[in-house]
Amino acid sequence: MTIASTTQQVCFVLLSAAVVLGSLGVVLLPNIVYSAFLLGGVFLSVSGLYLLLNASFVAAAQILVYVGAVNVLILFAIMLVNKKENLSAIPGLPLRRILSGLVCAGLFGLLMRVAFTTPWALPGPVPVGEEATIRIGEHLFSDYLLPFELASVLLLMAMIGAIVLARRDVFASDVITGEPVDQGLIEKARTPLLIDTPDPQLQETR
Amino acid sequence: MVTNPALSSGLDLQASFVEALSGLGVGPGVARLLWLPLPMVTVLVAAVVGVLVNVWLERKISAAVQQRIGPEYAGPLGVLQPMADGLKLVFKEDIIPARADGLLFTLGPVLVLVPVILSWLVVPFGQNLLISNVGVGIFLWIALSSIQPIGLLMSGYSSNNKYSLLGGLRAAAQSISYEIPLALAVLAVVMMSNSLSTVDIVNQQSGAGILSWNIWRQPVGFVIFWICALAECERLPFDLPEAEEELVAGYQTEYSGMKFALFYLGSYINLVLSALLVAVLYLGGWSFPVPVEWIAGWLNIPIDSPVLQVVTGSLGIVMTVLKAYLLVFFAILLRWTVPRVRIDQLLDLGWKFLLPIALVNLLVTAALKLAFPAVFGG
Repeated sequence: MTIASTTQQVCFVLLSAAVVLGSLGVVLLPNIVYSAFLLGGVFLSVSGLYLLLNASFVAAAQILVYVGAVNVLILFAIMLVNKKENLSAIPGLPLRRILSGLVCAGLFGLLMRVAFTTPWALPGPVPVGEEATIRIGEHLFSDYLLPFELASVLLLMAMIGAIVLARRDVFASDVITGEPVDQGLIEKARTPLLIDTPDPQLQETR
Repeated sequence: MVTNPALSSGLDLQASFVEALSGLGVGPGVARLLWLPLPMVTVLVAAVVGVLVNVWLERKISAAVQQRIGPEYAGPLGVLQPMADGLKLVFKEDIIPARADGLLFTLGPVLVLVPVILSWLVVPFGQNLLISNVGVGIFLWIALSSIQPIGLLMSGYSSNNKYSLLGGLRAAAQSISYEIPLALAVLAVVMMSNSLSTVDIVNQQSGAGILSWNIWRQPVGFVIFWICALAECERLPFDLPEAEEELVAGYQTEYSGMKFALFYLGSYINLVLSALLVAVLYLGGWSFPVPVEWIAGWLNIPIDSPVLQVVTGSLGIVMTVLKAYLLVFFAILLRWTVPRVRIDQLLDLGWKFLLPIALVNLLVTAALKLAFPAVFGG
């Protein structure tokens, strides 16, 4: 066994352990902030696994998209809504836990069976290495063009939906007068949002 | 892509090292294993020395800007002052606030520093003078720098202090909003050089000396990249995450001793790294304003002579560092000239100004590449 293959095996064992333990931590830890940080660790370990498979572009993309964007946004959401709240007890929690544990164990057994019964073609195809970036680009713009474009349309829809949801107040009526709000006022974020103040004195002082 | 036969056959220290050790009766595998840590340690030491130089420059230049003298008693011209600063931080007590989350509090600064140091993997100082010429080169740097916000959020959250939390959130928001125009500016350069590898990007600029540097073909991209790099390093005018008047020191408020030093080190290493990458992407990397092969031709020296190789290698390192420190000088001068922007101005600048301009720059570059493939890389 050469040094390179030993290193690879050690790395594989370490990374797999990190992925498995990290994912268990994400699901089982009661503190949601720890879960979110551990999720970042899991994403990093997965990108390490990609590196072991000689897919450096996919590994870098994994870090950029999942760690740099998805996980940071999750953390943002958690920290912006950091409200200490005592959740009401869910009825029949132990039973629910047992049931979901059973479902997960069943899924795990199924996956293990698939993994052991499938005739894997080993060793797999030779990795293309550095050329992979060009190959991915070619595929995205030829035979995978439709899924690629569909995914971008889906993301665009999600983005517009998020904006509509976040700006729902735009369509609401004014809090004080009950009249529908002038849409133009919402756009001018720097001007005060109140429509006619009934008290002229107040207006002068402002 | 312009390939340079003289440089690509240039100094290969690894091959020479392995050969020399093989001559002493060491197997090639073991020799390669012995070689592995050498460039890493060298670059790490270079990065730390770079930070010391940077701190000294910052103190001296800021003093000059404000018509003071600056440090002068520690060594000649105060060059030992950064060492004194560092020693002071080492000997300070390491405090973890009682209500803080100890684990995350310790992990935060580490997560900020490690990606920055890892990014030095792809910084070339010469044709073969870099730790690893990975194919995804510059993309690796962009990906690694996106890990940093997690460390900032972690330290901001775990400090259990409202200023820290706000600072951490600001830092992360700033970092992700400036990452996008930065990546688009890099993409335009990558499109011209047909490669993500930093070595290829420099080689593509080495056709006609200073005239073929990317700054003439990508002036807008250069400005966008530099602004975004300053924002990513949290340098003034973009140092909102640690704005003293508003947030005490942002996410660094509760930190002291060596943990604070890690943040300090991280930000300065990041500044040097960004300056180096601007030099690589836009200022021709290690190339001299007049190509070395031309000079060799005028002096009638054969291009593959060992003396010339060594001279070219050293000149490459000097040029890269010189260009980078010129940019660092500008960054320091900017810091002491420009006032800090507000958070809404910062986000407006990033999303409503730099992002559209970066997109237009990318489109124009693509069009020019199709129209003039000889000049813009075909």
